[in-house]
Amino acid sequence: METRNHIRFLLNGEEQRLDKVRACDTLLDFLRLKKRLTGTKEGCAEGDCGACTVLVGRLRDGVLRYEPVNACIRFLATVDGCHVVTVEHLRGPDGGLNAVQAALVEHHGSQCGFCTPGIVMALYALWMEEPQPSEAKVEQALQGNLCRCTGYEPIVRAAMAAAEHGLPEADPLVQERAGVLAALEAMRDRARVELGDAVLPGDVGDFAALYAEQPEAIVVAGATDVGLWVTKFLRDIGPALFIGHLDGLQGIDDGGDAIRVGAGVSYSDAIPVLERHFPHLSEYLARIAGWQVRNMGTIGGNIANGSPIGDMPPVLIALGARVALRRGKEQREMPLEDFFIDYGKQDRQAGEFVEAIVVPKPEPDVLHAAWKVSKRRDEDISSVAAGLAVTVANGHIANARVAFGGMAGVPKRAEQAEAALIGAEFSQAAFEAAAKAVVRDFEPLSDWRASADYRMLVAQNLFRRFWAELGAGEQARVWA
Amino acid sequence: MIRGGVHQSLAHESAEKHVTGRAEYCDDIPEPAGTLHAYLGVSDVAHGRIVSMDLAPVLAAEGVVGVLTAADVPGANQISAVGAGDEPIFPEELIEFHGQALFAVIGKSREAARWAATLARVEIEPLEPVVSVGEALDQGMPNVTDPLTLKRGDVDAGMSRASNTIRARMEIGGQEHLYLEGHIAFAIPGEDEDVVVHCSTQHPSEAQHMVAHALGVASHSVVVNVRRMGGGFGGKESQMNLFACVAAIAAKRWNRPVKIRPDRDQDMASTGKRHDFQCRYTVGFDDDGRIEAVDAELAARCGFSADLSGPVTDRALFHADNAYFFPEVRLQSRPLKTHTVSNTAFRGFGGPQGMVMGERLIEEIAYALGRDPLEIRKVNFYAEGRDVTPYHQQVTDNILDRIVGELETSSDYQARRNAILEHNAAGGIIRKGISLTPVKFGISFTATWFNQAGALVHVYNDGSIMLNHGGTEMGQGLNTKVAQVVADAFAVDVDMVKVTKTTTEKVPNTSATAASSGSDLNGMAALNACEQIKARLVEFACESKGVEADQVTFLPGAVRLGEDEIPWADFIKSAYMARVQLSAAGFYKTPDIHWDRATGQGRPFFYYAYGASVSEVAVDTLTGEYRVERVDILHDVGKSLNPALDKGQVEGAFVQGMGWLTTEELWWDSSGRLQTHAPSTYKIPLASDRPREFNVELAEWSVNPERTIKRSKAVGEPPFMLAMSVLEALSMAVASIADYRECPRLDAPATPERVLMAVERMRASQ
Repeated sequence: METRNHIRFLLNGEEQRLDKVRACDTLLDFLRLKKRLTGTKEGCAEGDCGACTVLVGRLRDGVLRYEPVNACIRFLATVDGCHVVTVEHLRGPDGGLNAVQAALVEHHGSQCGFCTPGIVMALYALWMEEPQPSEAKVEQALQGNLCRCTGYEPIVRAAMAAAEHGLPEADPLVQERAGVLAALEAMRDRARVELGDAVLPGDVGDFAALYAEQPEAIVVAGATDVGLWVTKFLRDIGPALFIGHLDGLQGIDDGGDAIRVGAGVSYSDAIPVLERHFPHLSEYLARIAGWQVRNMGTIGGNIANGSPIGDMPPVLIALGARVALRRGKEQREMPLEDFFIDYGKQDRQAGEFVEAIVVPKPEPDVLHAAWKVSKRRDEDISSVAAGLAVTVANGHIANARVAFGGMAGVPKRAEQAEAALIGAEFSQAAFEAAAKAVVRDFEPLSDWRASADYRMLVAQNLFRRFWAELGAGEQARVWA
Repeated sequence: MIRGGVHQSLAHESAEKHVTGRAEYCDDIPEPAGTLHAYLGVSDVAHGRIVSMDLAPVLAAEGVVGVLTAADVPGANQISAVGAGDEPIFPEELIEFHGQALFAVIGKSREAARWAATLARVEIEPLEPVVSVGEALDQGMPNVTDPLTLKRGDVDAGMSRASNTIRARMEIGGQEHLYLEGHIAFAIPGEDEDVVVHCSTQHPSEAQHMVAHALGVASHSVVVNVRRMGGGFGGKESQMNLFACVAAIAAKRWNRPVKIRPDRDQDMASTGKRHDFQCRYTVGFDDDGRIEAVDAELAARCGFSADLSGPVTDRALFHADNAYFFPEVRLQSRPLKTHTVSNTAFRGFGGPQGMVMGERLIEEIAYALGRDPLEIRKVNFYAEGRDVTPYHQQVTDNILDRIVGELETSSDYQARRNAILEHNAAGGIIRKGISLTPVKFGISFTATWFNQAGALVHVYNDGSIMLNHGGTEMGQGLNTKVAQVVADAFAVDVDMVKVTKTTTEKVPNTSATAASSGSDLNGMAALNACEQIKARLVEFACESKGVEADQVTFLPGAVRLGEDEIPWADFIKSAYMARVQLSAAGFYKTPDIHWDRATGQGRPFFYYAYGASVSEVAVDTLTGEYRVERVDILHDVGKSLNPALDKGQVEGAFVQGMGWLTTEELWWDSSGRLQTHAPSTYKIPLASDRPREFNVELAEWSVNPERTIKRSKAVGEPPFMLAMSVLEALSMAVASIADYRECPRLDAPATPERVLMAVERMRASQ
């Protein structure tokens, strides 16, 4: 395989070629310290405030897509072959303010101004996709941006009025798109990139072989978790294998009886497919993280890191998902719940990685629910997350799969509660019984997100909610 | 008409720089070659004694230039904002909170210094920490500063006269500022003893004085500059001292520029926050809900040192009445020492906590009597003959009857409340609540001497104007408003006026930009400077053109001298040629205020700002999750200097206040470690948390009866407390579970967990 010892990418209007890149170098530090592009700010260095938002344009299947990401936890090495756009590059057709910037000024959308460049970048990405967004769409685009001054009202007004100040057709970046696309195509060589303590494998086979040889390497896909190891805990992540760029981990195949989601598929790419097959996931998925993190974070990473509070495992377990693992050329599959053995321990061999998630397509007669309960509605980690799949036939519960996150050291099925449901009449009484039984399934912890008592009470009440919503047809959520 | 005069809605002076990323914050200033970076090494325990501190591994780390400890402070190792002498830069022996700075590492890069700071081998003899207010009360912890008692009438007689009394307790959580730009200081050494410190601070003069003391030099050797902050909210009124001093000491020691910028976690762990309170109250009232007497103790977690806790807890007492007359009253503060970071100023400065307790009294009465809390509010509002506060100031400017009346109508409060009562009567899972709460907030520093300000105005001979004042810009639009005042004074477009960075070189002895006082004080000082220059210009016109003073008029962009109209720039040029002094230092001090803390009597406030809000919420009684459905606000800013910016302050303050009372929870573990030290764990509101419908109006008819700058009123803090209606609306939704027969006593912040647990209490009492 061809190898290279440098990364190359476009930064605003200029090609960059860097050979002294360490695994732990972040895009934000590169921008601020090396390039003095100080419009991009550091607010939290953990992907939660959005002050560092930049756009990353990437080629996929011949299409150039720009997505807002958090430069603070984006590793520099991973922008190889991409177009990085910072606030300094934005301008209107006349060289002045662009539409989003002009709207923010007109609507008094900045006060202290520190969050503003990040908000501009998120709203600019939204405006390119959807120049006249709904209020809900704007709120969703801003889930990853904190503003402490304005209360967001003028920012949302500006986002909704941006089209009055111009449309994307005339935008310089849109106009330059063909040239950028050609430049990125020219950079694309599918070579392995070796950078001292980091490697970007050339393809999945290369990655599998490298990881089997070097199982102590840290595998980094979206970096939304590993990024914090560096920025918060000052960990050295080398040797690292960066895999976010690998096309072979990107595909979503929903042609057969199941939906196979490549482990490297981002939330943003997975969500439209998942919610098409499972409409009940729509609200749940929309509340995971912020837009920037959804653009980077991967479904596979959310599973592979084994967190007890990951958002995807409980709902995927309830859907009967399986995880596909690979080591070298060996591949195997197992039910997702079996992958999680204990806190910090997964059924994964040295050098083995999550290659895909396989979710069976929904069967008829199954009632689904997926709920996340957190202190703040959006961009928060669950106090309790739950996936429920209840099969009803002839007025009775034929099957039930219920899994919780936040209730144990791993995402885990509620076996006692499931047993209380299975075989029972589909009635309020069955869900009351499940609510009582779930107490025997879990011994949750108390921490800053929630107390053990609250977690248990919520877990119980989610069975009551299930009956209220899907049995009795009552409105049982404030944002339903 | 000029562009950007007073009372016009003008964009923030830096708006275009904000949206293009060209606004320069402290960390964006180009670093001179050789700049070094400092990072703090902090304590991992909340309370203990340093047995030994081995910094050899730190010094041996790559890129490290040196370290600073208590022994390396050349002057006073002391940064107490109030001169209490209880806040060392670095402790010599005693550690009093988790996250306390023990030493600083100076490195060639921030990365090197930050890494090396983790390598120290510190041996600590652990001591038992006292973390919460409850623990501090139980263990008889001392006060960090003198407590205050406000007393009027005979509270015991009032209680025995009252036909009803309720005694209860309320916990009110603290709040992290979460300014998006964290603390930062950048010191550049000069000749002799000089040092220039760029610093994100609301109080450059204090930073200057602290640096001078720490270096052991006179104040004239130290310059502190701040162009803008990425948010302050009170968190940079005293908390920057540590960073400014460390940077300056290191800069002088190594004779190199030194920058210090903690990461977000260190910023949150090592700097103070809003005080959390435990309020214990007894309220006596008659059968109509009229308050007879209030007896309350407001205990605050102050942390390990005094910092600003004295005036903060004082202000909690000053505002415990909110808008209500307490005929007999005794209010006592308990500024308690705890082994936590020293709590500090935060928008409202203790006032919000006092007011939340005051509103809880109203709720208690309403639920006890089965009445709409709004009725109880109205019978207790200050009114003629019932207009003296617990600190003996007469309330003469009350406009709450009109504000509340108009808001009640415009928000359709009564009909919506009835619809909600009906909705809740159906007994579903989703319950609703609605509440109207008022705000009355006293304006002035209670430390009377702080109510002064200076400004420096230069008119250059091309007619352009440079304005400098003692206030600092943290997003609130102070520079914009003061520029509008100056533009108006000279009748020129605001584009002619440039506001430069705040610097202790231009205006000395400034007060903190705090207490909502920024435009009141600095606007007046700038106007005073303009008037001095204008008087000289008029005199010049009279002498040179032979006109009378009353024939000289400042028209938009021109000056009329009798029959002649001369463009501004030409007129200024001629004044310059005639050797007229075109520069002036302005000064202002707030009149008519006085306060005697010993007797608890005086007129601490120049005037009051008022407002009211109506909030409607929906609550999920299975999980405690909720949504703020609609908020209507009518707020008083007097005759607004800039309605757009003022509205922005009202909206932003409301949402920040809502965050304080709902999802923003500070959580310490039992060993005194703050576990919510970054936005991943500490949840401030997002765009999707703001009210689904948000109607914000300024009371356009309001004019400040006092002679403030253009009859405007302060706006920074008062609207923060409008968010109280959210807490109380949540409370109503919860109370519906027990048919409103019981006050749910929902503590703050009302997280989904607290709401659900309150629902459970209501269910249990059924």
